[in-house]
Amino acid sequence: MSTLTSSAAAAAARTDRRPARARKAVLRSAGLLGAAAVLVAVLVLSIGVGAKPLSPGEVWAGLVDEGAATYSIVHEMRLPRTLLGLLAGVALGLAGAVMQAVTRNPLADPGLLGINAGASAAVATGTLVFGVTSFAGYVWFALIGAAVVSALAYAVGGGRSATPARLALAGAALNATLYSYVSAAMLLDSGSLERMRFWTVGSLADAQHTTVLRVLPFIAAGVVVALLLAPPLNALALGEDSAQALGARPARIRTAAIVAVTLLCGAATAACGPIVFVGLMMPHLVRPFTGPDMRWLLPYCALLAPVLLLVADVLGRVLARPGELQVGIVTAVLGGPFFLYLVRRARMARV
Amino acid sequence: MVVRPRALVVGLGSALLALALTVVAIGGGEFPMTPAQVVAALTGGGTPAERFIVVELRLPRAICALLVGAALALAGALFQSLVRNPLGSPDVLGITQGATAGALVVVVAGGGTLALSAGALAGGLLTGAAIYLLAWKRGVHGFRLVLVGIGATAILTGVNGFLLTRAELMEAARALLWLTGSLDGRGWEQALPLLAGVGVLAALVLPGSGRALHVTEMGDDLASGLGVRVERLRMLLLGAAVLLTSFAAAAVGPVNFVALTAPQLARRLTRAPGPNLLASMCVGAALLVAADLAAQRMFGERQLPVGVITGVIGGGYLVWLLVAERRRGRI
Repeated sequence: MSTLTSSAAAAAARTDRRPARARKAVLRSAGLLGAAAVLVAVLVLSIGVGAKPLSPGEVWAGLVDEGAATYSIVHEMRLPRTLLGLLAGVALGLAGAVMQAVTRNPLADPGLLGINAGASAAVATGTLVFGVTSFAGYVWFALIGAAVVSALAYAVGGGRSATPARLALAGAALNATLYSYVSAAMLLDSGSLERMRFWTVGSLADAQHTTVLRVLPFIAAGVVVALLLAPPLNALALGEDSAQALGARPARIRTAAIVAVTLLCGAATAACGPIVFVGLMMPHLVRPFTGPDMRWLLPYCALLAPVLLLVADVLGRVLARPGELQVGIVTAVLGGPFFLYLVRRARMARV
Repeated sequence: MVVRPRALVVGLGSALLALALTVVAIGGGEFPMTPAQVVAALTGGGTPAERFIVVELRLPRAICALLVGAALALAGALFQSLVRNPLGSPDVLGITQGATAGALVVVVAGGGTLALSAGALAGGLLTGAAIYLLAWKRGVHGFRLVLVGIGATAILTGVNGFLLTRAELMEAARALLWLTGSLDGRGWEQALPLLAGVGVLAALVLPGSGRALHVTEMGDDLASGLGVRVERLRMLLLGAAVLLTSFAAAAVGPVNFVALTAPQLARRLTRAPGPNLLASMCVGAALLVAADLAAQRMFGERQLPVGVITGVIGGGYLVWLLVAERRRGRI
């Protein structure tokens, strides 16, 4: 009798839960559409803000009408920068979310762990030792540097048993070492100082169409790998043993995650220099809404991280007229306090 | 006071090493001199030209190297002892970067040497106070302090990068050189304030605080029971350590990782428990002079700033420390 009632109650609960879950899915889909709308608005804003402000109508005309007065401004100057910001934002947001999931560490961020610095150091080596000056050369060095340092940070941080503090410290050590190295490279070759000193703070200012086109395949590949990783990462979140019981292969997932992070961070860093804290902030900001499910978390990060990056870039352009603040500086100053807030919270959120 | 023979040997040995390396370093340059000539010039002998080169041109740089090494090592030993964590040293906590930001503001504004020192001191003190307050939550917990420091370092690195892009190219090259921690072109106008600051602070800190620190490392309760006023001691010594770091940063810029590495090396060499303040100072001085010598001589024509060498070596050491501490299960 009692088993009967309990199973009936369970069935009732299940039918109760189903509409609730469906409602949640509808809500999250609507939120995703809203995020996309916000992204479009920010893209228009980023194209519109500058020495000659453009209204949304003028931006649209400049985009599609070759005869419009604003066509050359939009296409030659504003569009590459905005598109690069979009790509770098998507890359960093996804990389941060994937890293936080794989390391199960709320403080993981490609900038904080030194991965972006690794890419910088490799690029500096490329310019200094091998005389690389083109982006096509940069990007391979950046990818190698990012791959080496992400593996290193993971190993030094303690692999699976890494605590947030250890991982952050390993990142700090790698960051400081690589930063010293990049400074040395810049000082040894005074010609590269002028170019590198802007690149090393993270900037979208030098964006060109060719840069965007060259960086696109790497980031696209990284995005595909990251999105495909969502279900396995969900399984991994249950713990090593449960994941294996569910048919996932933890070692393979981790390798794929490092590949994704390398592609995303390496390409983004090669294009616009090291940018910190975007990957750290985004997953935390969207998690209250999406919950821990990576299938929702990753798309939200991909849509909203470029919003954050582009808003930071626009802020940098508006606040420091007539010059501009590099976007990496704005994100560091915005993201630092967020990091401090995370650290101060009594119990760090479980990822 | 207990004098440990091993600690005494390590302290004296590293002090002698530091002095010997200093003599070698003074001897190098456009006008090479043998160690004997250097010593003669230092003690008042030699030709007037030699005396001028040694005393006016090269001695201030050497004194800066010795003092900065000693000051950073002392600051690091104090911090590590008070935070009870080898990683709680001023370079990891962002004090160095804070002092750098303060000084960089002065560089960009085009201020003189004295203003630069004042800027560095203000920046270091402000950062120290901010980190302490941010990490405060029913007492300061070691790891939270370290993490808050890492966050502060990241913010300040961004700020420093911004200040660098604000400067003109000529100033930027100078600022960048200074940002990596360089001993190039240090004259008496940098050496004298450093000498005064470090001298006074060391004289205030060294006598007496060793025992108190030793007791405090056993726990706040026990230390209070033994008559140490823990909170007051902590505030005073942290303040002194922050000032030492800032003086060093004002003189030569942020030289990374000496504060982290020197006390750890001293502890391993002396095998003595406790803060090892004096031994740390001697080891730090030797470390910095050696790094500077390497930065000057290793790259042929080009001379690197000493901060690059300590950054690369010290960062590697920190990585090793993390791995080793983990193996011992301490982190």
